[in-house]
Amino acid sequence: MAAHGDPRQARGLAADGGAPPVDRPLPPHAGGRGRPAADEAQRVAGAGAALPDERLKLLFICAHPAIDTAVRTPLLLQTVLGLDAARIASAFLVKPATMGQRLSRAKAKIRDAGIRFELPDAAELRPRLDAVLEAVYAAYGAGWDDAAGADPRRKDLAAEAIELGRLLRRLMPGEPEAQGLLALMLHCEARRNARRSAAGAYIPLSDQDPARWSRPMIQEAEQLLAEAAQGRRPGRFQLEAAIQSVHAQRAVTGATDWEAVALLYEGLVRTAPTIGALVGRAAAVAEAYAPRRGWALLEEIPAEAVERYQPYWAVAAHLLTRLGRPGEAAAAYDRAIGLSQDPAVREYLGRHRAS
Amino acid sequence: MSKSRLPARHQIERTTRFCTWRWTPVHYSLLFYLSPEDFAARADPEKGKTFLGAFLPYMRALRDAGVLVARAGLQPPETATTLRQQGDKRLVQDGPYAETKEQLGGLFVIDVPDLDTALEWAARYPGKIVEVRPNVKPVE
Repeated sequence: MAAHGDPRQARGLAADGGAPPVDRPLPPHAGGRGRPAADEAQRVAGAGAALPDERLKLLFICAHPAIDTAVRTPLLLQTVLGLDAARIASAFLVKPATMGQRLSRAKAKIRDAGIRFELPDAAELRPRLDAVLEAVYAAYGAGWDDAAGADPRRKDLAAEAIELGRLLRRLMPGEPEAQGLLALMLHCEARRNARRSAAGAYIPLSDQDPARWSRPMIQEAEQLLAEAAQGRRPGRFQLEAAIQSVHAQRAVTGATDWEAVALLYEGLVRTAPTIGALVGRAAAVAEAYAPRRGWALLEEIPAEAVERYQPYWAVAAHLLTRLGRPGEAAAAYDRAIGLSQDPAVREYLGRHRAS
Repeated sequence: MSKSRLPARHQIERTTRFCTWRWTPVHYSLLFYLSPEDFAARADPEKGKTFLGAFLPYMRALRDAGVLVARAGLQPPETATTLRQQGDKRLVQDGPYAETKEQLGGLFVIDVPDLDTALEWAARYPGKIVEVRPNVKPVE
């Protein structure tokens, strides 16, 4: 169903096709520790953000606790990758003029609050790193939803988020969660072409042809996950990547180990109890054990939390159908269709509602 | 009016009983534009089913989320009559005011807290073009 492995808060986006400024030559001068961050952001962005350690500092500034959570990802896309405000606005479904203002306000805040251009102390690093990873994953989510849709340029934002993930992993080699995030994004990206039929119809993960998954990306993700496991510090992104790894195993075994998926979701719910994790766990438990048990878990989720959360209704429709409750299933299908932003997903759900 | 926000509204009215300031909702209009082909498909008994198959769930989702304030679907532009006052002369014309390829096909008025949320709902609209505008606050 729709909840499996889809980066959450995924949205449509526009792209200008610019390559991420990752491997450009070094600028003539390096930034000193403790300079005002706004000046540095300006300078580093202007120089193509070429010094790896400078980009790392920028990532941490963009995810600073003083910066509003909602603007962190747009800010790092602009300052670290140099994307323009209009493109970011389309990706995050915000009026372009508003996005421009939010970015300016965030930069003014960096300046006025005197946020320093430096890496956080060791004690503060871990929670700040979580915010950085979160922001990078949100960038990937923004590039995911209609990635296989009509606009071929739309690939670019997801690709750039993966580029950021590679950068983070390179700059913080000992961080298992940074490896986990990159593994997660690569697993999702490996399935990009398999998500649509030749005619453009939506294909859910469980119906995808593994032959259409990218083997090199899956291999790279698996290797990253194995490296991360050696750090013996499990976390949200490693768990999410592990769930995708189980799905990827279907390419080899021909079947999905739903019990393993359900177990990993259980761990995820305990580590990071997001609505997405709760819905994913319900779907996995339904597949692994019984639709009735999955439905019971769905019913535990507070109604107001899922009023506008499409994957919940898609999973509910599927489970109610399997439980032989067609009237409620039809209503849930309608809700899922009404909340979908993707025409191909609407068409897919409409077909299942009718059958 | 969203059910979940009702208590907040009452609270505001209670705490501001002695102030002149009053709670006024900001509504947004989702104006959807249709091509001649869209208008034709909507009127066609067979194709109309496909059109409604996508449209009705969207409308129900708006209603069930408690955000739908008003709605209207408009007949095709050729049914329009436009009146214009030029100085002291009145001009009555067949057809819509603006001759664009896509024409206003209908609208939803929704009650949401901000433009971002309005855009989120607009992104779920199952057609091609939708314009989002904040409504002016009601005069009374």
